[in-house]
This record gives sequence, C-alpha cells and structure tokens, in this order.
Amino acid sequence: MPKLHITTNVNGSATEFLARPEQTLLSALRDELHLIGTKEGCGSGDCGACSIEVDGRVTCSCLMLAGEAEGKIIRTIEGVAANGQLHPVQKHFLQEAALQCGFCTPGLIIAAKNLLERNADPTETEIRFWLAGNLCRCTGYDKIIRAVQAAAAEMRQSA
Amino acid sequence: MEYVVARSIDEAVARLAAAQGAAHALAGGTDLIVQMTAGLRRPEVVVDIKNIPDLRRITRDEAGFHIGSAVCGAEINEHKELKATWPGVVEAIDVIGSMQVQSKATPAGNLCNASPAADSVPAMIAAGATVTIVGPQGRREVPVEEIPVGPGKTSLQKGEVIVAINLPPRKPRSGDAYLRFTPRTEMDIAVVGVGVNLSLDEDGTCSAARVAVGAVAPTALLVPDAGMALIGTKVDEAALEKAAAAVRAACNPIDDKRGTAEYRIRTSAVIFKRAAAEALARAKTSGR
Repeated sequence: MPKLHITTNVNGSATEFLARPEQTLLSALRDELHLIGTKEGCGSGDCGACSIEVDGRVTCSCLMLAGEAEGKIIRTIEGVAANGQLHPVQKHFLQEAALQCGFCTPGLIIAAKNLLERNADPTETEIRFWLAGNLCRCTGYDKIIRAVQAAAAEMRQSA
Repeated sequence: MEYVVARSIDEAVARLAAAQGAAHALAGGTDLIVQMTAGLRRPEVVVDIKNIPDLRRITRDEAGFHIGSAVCGAEINEHKELKATWPGVVEAIDVIGSMQVQSKATPAGNLCNASPAADSVPAMIAAGATVTIVGPQGRREVPVEEIPVGPGKTSLQKGEVIVAINLPPRKPRSGDAYLRFTPRTEMDIAVVGVGVNLSLDEDGTCSAARVAVGAVAPTALLVPDAGMALIGTKVDEAALEKAAAAVRAACNPIDDKRGTAEYRIRTSAVIFKRAAAEALARAKTSGR
C-alpha cells in the first residue's frame, strides 16, 4: 500500500510527511519527523506519555493514525517553549522538582498547559481529574500538582 | 491496510461494503487503533468517518437530540443544552477514560466496541435512545439495546455504519442518572454500571421508568421488570427494593479480576438504588 502524504501544521510550522496507512501519529512524529520529545509508554491510551494537542484538544498520539492528522494543528512538547523562554508549566516543573525519570513529563506538561488555557484557576481536584490520564511512576504526583498550581498562579498574575 | 477518508455517508458505506476482508469505520479510534496496534485486528480497510459534516453535529428537533456518530465525548460534555436535558447520558459518556480519550472517543464507538462494561450503553438504553444506521440496504433506526449481541459483537451487517444516536424528547419532571462501581475513581472499567431514567406525574407518582445494567452480563441489558416495579409508585423504599430484586435477577455475570459474579450481583442492587435516587432527585427538580 503506498504511503500517505500528510499536510499538517506542527508547532506553528506547515509540515508535510509520509506515513504508512496503519502508522500511528505517535510513530510518525518520532520516526518521520524526529520529534522524539513525545514518548511512547503503553501504546494503548492508558498512560498519557504520548500526549499532544490536536486542534487545541489534548489527546494521545498513540490513539490516532497519522492519516487523521491531515489538516490538523498539532502541538508537541517541542513547541511549548517560545522564543527561548520556558512555558510557566515547564519552569515550575523544574522548580518544584516535579519529575524524576522524566518519561511522563512531556505528556504531563502538554496536558497541564491545556488545562490552564481552559481554566486559569483550577482546584486541586480539577487538576488531579484532568491529569488522571497521565501516569507517573516516580513522583507520587504531589510535586506535579504543586508545579501546576504554581504555574497557574504565575500565569494569572501575568495575564 | 488502506486508510480511506470518507466525505459522505454513501461513500463510507460503499467503501465498507466493497471490502473483501475486515473493514472498520473509524470514529475516535480509541478501541480500534489499540486493537490494531496489539495485532488483534488486521483490517483490510479503515474508513475514517470524522470528515463527514453530518456526523460531526449535535442537533435538536421535535424528535429530540441527534448526536452525530463522530462527535467526541469532550464535545458532548461541553454541550450545555444536551447535558441539562440528559445529564445521566452525558455523565456516562464523560466517565470513559481520560481527557485524552475524551478528545477522540465517541459513544457510538463505545456501543460498537460492544464491551459488556461500556459505560455509555446502559445510560443510553435507560434513556430509550436509538441509533440511526445506514448501510447498503438503506437507513434503519434501532434501539441501542439491539446493537450489542455479545462481547465484541454487534448486530450491524456488513457495510453498515451508525450515523447518529437519537435521544427522545423529554417529558416534564423527568430525570436520568448513570452510576458505576470502579475500584478507582477515574481511568477504570466498570465492575457494575446502572442507568436509570424516570418520569413523574404532577403528584410525584412514577409514570415511566427504564433501568439498564452493564458489566453484569455478556451485553448491557434493559431490565423491564425493574422499570415496571417503579411505575405507579412514589419510588419509595418498597418499590426500590422490588426493582432492586429485578436488577439482581437480570444479572448474569462472570468472575474476573475486577470482581466475582456474586459480588457483581450484590453490588448491582446497591448501585441501582443510588442511581435511582439521583434520577428521582433530578426528576423532582427538573424544569425549576
């Protein structure tokens, strides 16, 4: 079967790539576009390590065929920092030491950023609910929650 | 495998019907793609139905709400009018998976995946929902409870695709609820799920009731005897106990890692009573 030619926008840039019909978007991002910040954890939509934004919604790139990306606006962890400045969520993940091995971190940052763009002042319960699809086996989550709260506070002040 | 983007319902049906081997409609893909990645399904063709405009809309008319089969859970949860009218159905859809899953997964896909534990299915059955199916022989409308026929198996024929879920018009003083039991609060699969939908007369007597259960039999089940036990009552403790006995009697569960059959049967009655209480409270306050 011939490869699909996919035209999309990744991290603000018009992007074209070729992918096999059965290839997931996760695989295409990593293996065709070499955007390896997006991680493969479970490959079955349970762990959230491969989280990306598609047209402003957070989703698992392992749950999406590359062909479904046609015409979509995609943001990966590589597109979260802007102009050499870390996003507040990234900055506070570092300050709060909200990571150990770091494998879940790109997905958590994408998901947390997406939450804070929708809800500037989430409760702890709302943060935990929103991030329930991002598994971390190192931190026990408390530092992650604190980092998201700190990022939210900073983003509210600068808004 | 061939990946096809259908631009119309007729094109989707034609491509699905023409396949020699396995052919699947792709809406959210949160079950299908996982099954493909795991090697459990090797379709000859996957027909993406998300670019068909009619399947991407929620509409309302005199026949009720119509949810296009490619509308994802997050979009349904953001639809205030639908959520206010059918809170139980919308909450049942909303408990499926993570936010990441909600951005893609559809209740039509939940139905077609035909898991006995599918959360949205008991709620839709209790609501009296139907699905509109289009296939090579034309269009038909079928009650939700007639779609799943066993774990992973549906009554859809080759080339048929669900294009909409239809929720009937709401009577005054009506309420619905879906509750499930899971060991964890999120990201888990139901051990028992119960949908209850009821309507009250002006004096508070139950005039209509439908009860459906999930994860306690090979398919989600409508439990007509449970609904009958509530109709004509004030949904008091005696009526609830009689209906709960009907729920227990309808269960035909298996033992698995999530719970034993005995545990599921006992829990079904507890979850039923809680769901009925919530549906009743909503019916009493609806329209205020």
